[in-house]
Amino acid sequence: MLNCSSASRSLLLTGAFFGALTIGAAAQQPAASPPAASPPAAAAPLPPGSPLIGRPDNSEAAAKLAPIAPPPIPAAADKLPTAKLKVPPGFNIEVYASGLANARSLAEGDKGTIFVGSRLVGNVYAISNKDGKRTVKTIASGLHRPNGVAFKNGTLYIAELSKISKVEKAEDNLEGPAKLATIYDNLPKDEAHGWKFIAIGPDNKLYIPVGQPGNNVLHSDAHGQIRRINLDGSGGEVIARGVRNTVGFDWNPENKQLYFTDNGRDWMSEDVPEDELNRITKVGEHFGAPYCLQGNIVDPEFGWGKSCSDYTAPVTLLGPHSAALGMRFYTGKMFPAAYRNAIIVARHGSWNRSKKVGGDVLLVKLNKDGTVKSTEPFITGFLEDNKYIGRPVDVMQMKDGSLLVSDDYNGAVYRVTYGKQKVADKK
Amino acid sequence: MRKIITALAFALIASATHAQSFEERVAPCLACHGEKGQSETENTPSLGAQQAPYTLIQLYMFREKLRANEIMNEMAKPLSDDDLRTFSDFIAKLPKPAPPAEAGDAARMQRGQAAAQQHRCNTCHNPDYSGKENVPRIANQREDYLARTLTEYKGNVRPGYDASMADVMAAVTPEQIGDLAYYLARVR
Repeated sequence: MLNCSSASRSLLLTGAFFGALTIGAAAQQPAASPPAASPPAAAAPLPPGSPLIGRPDNSEAAAKLAPIAPPPIPAAADKLPTAKLKVPPGFNIEVYASGLANARSLAEGDKGTIFVGSRLVGNVYAISNKDGKRTVKTIASGLHRPNGVAFKNGTLYIAELSKISKVEKAEDNLEGPAKLATIYDNLPKDEAHGWKFIAIGPDNKLYIPVGQPGNNVLHSDAHGQIRRINLDGSGGEVIARGVRNTVGFDWNPENKQLYFTDNGRDWMSEDVPEDELNRITKVGEHFGAPYCLQGNIVDPEFGWGKSCSDYTAPVTLLGPHSAALGMRFYTGKMFPAAYRNAIIVARHGSWNRSKKVGGDVLLVKLNKDGTVKSTEPFITGFLEDNKYIGRPVDVMQMKDGSLLVSDDYNGAVYRVTYGKQKVADKK
Repeated sequence: MRKIITALAFALIASATHAQSFEERVAPCLACHGEKGQSETENTPSLGAQQAPYTLIQLYMFREKLRANEIMNEMAKPLSDDDLRTFSDFIAKLPKPAPPAEAGDAARMQRGQAAAQQHRCNTCHNPDYSGKENVPRIANQREDYLARTLTEYKGNVRPGYDASMADVMAAVTPEQIGDLAYYLARVR
C-alpha cells in the first residue's frame, strides 16, 4: 500500500531525503482551518445583490446548465469545423491560423501582423504572414486574462484583468517575450466580468470597459461602465454607465458614434433579458443595468422604484443569453455593397438556456440615422445538436477587406473572403 | 521547509521522467493524492472519479503556472498535451472518494446543507455534487481542501480557470464556507 511518504521514499534511491519526506508530506501549505462557526440562519434570504437571486431551485432543466469552459488545448488543424460552417453564397471561409489556445480578441498591426488575446490561458499570440506563409508565435504568457488587444502607430496595447500595458514597436520583435510597460492600472481587481475588450477610437483614446462584478449586483462607482484614457494612460473619463459586461465595440464610420454589445443577466428566465446592441450618443449615458434590462424590463430585484424611461434603450436586441461579444463595422470593399457600414457581430453562444442560442455571426444593417434596419445570420454552424463545435468571439476586418473570426473553443482564427480571390490554405 | 518540498518534487520528477511505464509515471501522483482515489494527505485533494475535463484544465493551469502550487507546478512541468489527456482520463476512472464512516454533527450538516441550497451549488455541480465536464466533483472531497479552496476563490487568490466561482463566492460568508466544506465532505 502506497502512501504519500512511502511512495516518495520508494521512488528515491538515496536516503538523503528520508527524514524530510514524512515531514514534507504533512507540511504542505498550512491548513486553512475552517472558520469557527457563528451559525448563520439556515437558508437565510439572499443578501441584496447576490448573483444567485433569481437562480431557479428544484428545476431539473436549470440544474443541467453550467458555464461552458473552452478546452485549454487548441484543436488540431485537421479537426477544425470549417467544413460545417455556413456562409452566404459567394463567400468562403477557411482556417487562417490554428493552435492558438483560447483565441479571443483580434488586432491588426501596421505591417499585417495579427495579434490575438486570450482569456483563460494567459497568452498573447502574433500571427505573422510572410509570402503567404503564416506562423503563430506566443509573444507573452503568464498574463492575467489578457483578453484585450489594440494596435496603433507601431504600439500594441494589451488589457489584462486590472491593467493596461503597451508594447512599443511590437511588430519588430515577434520572437518574444514582448516587453510590456504598464500605462494604466486604476481598475478594480474583480474576477467576475473582469476580462476586457479594448479598442482605440477615432479620437485616438483607448476605450476600456469595467464590467459589473457579478451576475446581477449593485456595485461601486468604478464598475459597470466604459471609460476612455489617453494613450499614455492619463485623462481617464467615464463615458457610459449601466453597462453589465461589454466584450466588443466599434465606431460608426459615418458619424463616429460608439456602438457596443452588452451581455444580459443570467438566471432570470430562458427568454429574457436579451443581450443588447447599444449606441452612445452623448458622454455619460446610463444604459440601465442592473435596474432596467433590455430597455423595457425593470429588474425583479433592483428595479423597484426605477423606470426604464430613465435609461438609454438598446438599438436592437441580440437574443437571450446569446453572449454577443465582438462587433465591428464593415468598411472594406471586398464584400458586396450591402455589407458596407453594416455591423458584424459574433455571438459566442448561450450556456444559461436549455435550447442554446448563438454560436454564430450576425450582420446588422443600419438606417441612415444609425437605427437598426435588419439583423440576419452571416456565419452559422457553430451550434450542432445543442452543442458547440466552435464558439466565435471577435471579428476583425483586415486591410484587404476580408474578415477574421476568432474561436476560443478550438483555439483558431478563420478568414472569410468574398468572390474568387479565395486564398487556399494548403496547410 | 519550502526548499525541502521543492527538492522532493524535483527528485520525484527526475525519477518519474526516467520511468517507462504509465504506472510508474502516475505513482508519485497517487502517493500524495491516494492510490484508490481518496487522499489521506492534508490539504491535498482526493482525485477519484474527478471529471476529466476539469482535471485536464487544472493540470494545464499547473503546467502554465496559471494556478500556483510549487509541487504541482513542478510535477506538471514536463507533461505534454497528450499527457494531460492521459492523466485526466486515468484519474476519472479511479474510484470516487467515500464519505467518512461517522455521519457528522447533525446541526452542522444541516447548516451546510442549507448553505448549499441557498447558493445552489447543485445547479452546476449536480444534485449529488458529482460535477460535470469542467465543473468538478466535490462530493466527499477533503474538508480542509474544500475550505481552503472556497476561501481562495472568495478572496480572488485562486483565480480559477474562468470567473464562475469568484462570481458565486461573492455572496458566501466565511462562516458558511466552514459549514459547506463540512457538509460536502460528508454528504451521502
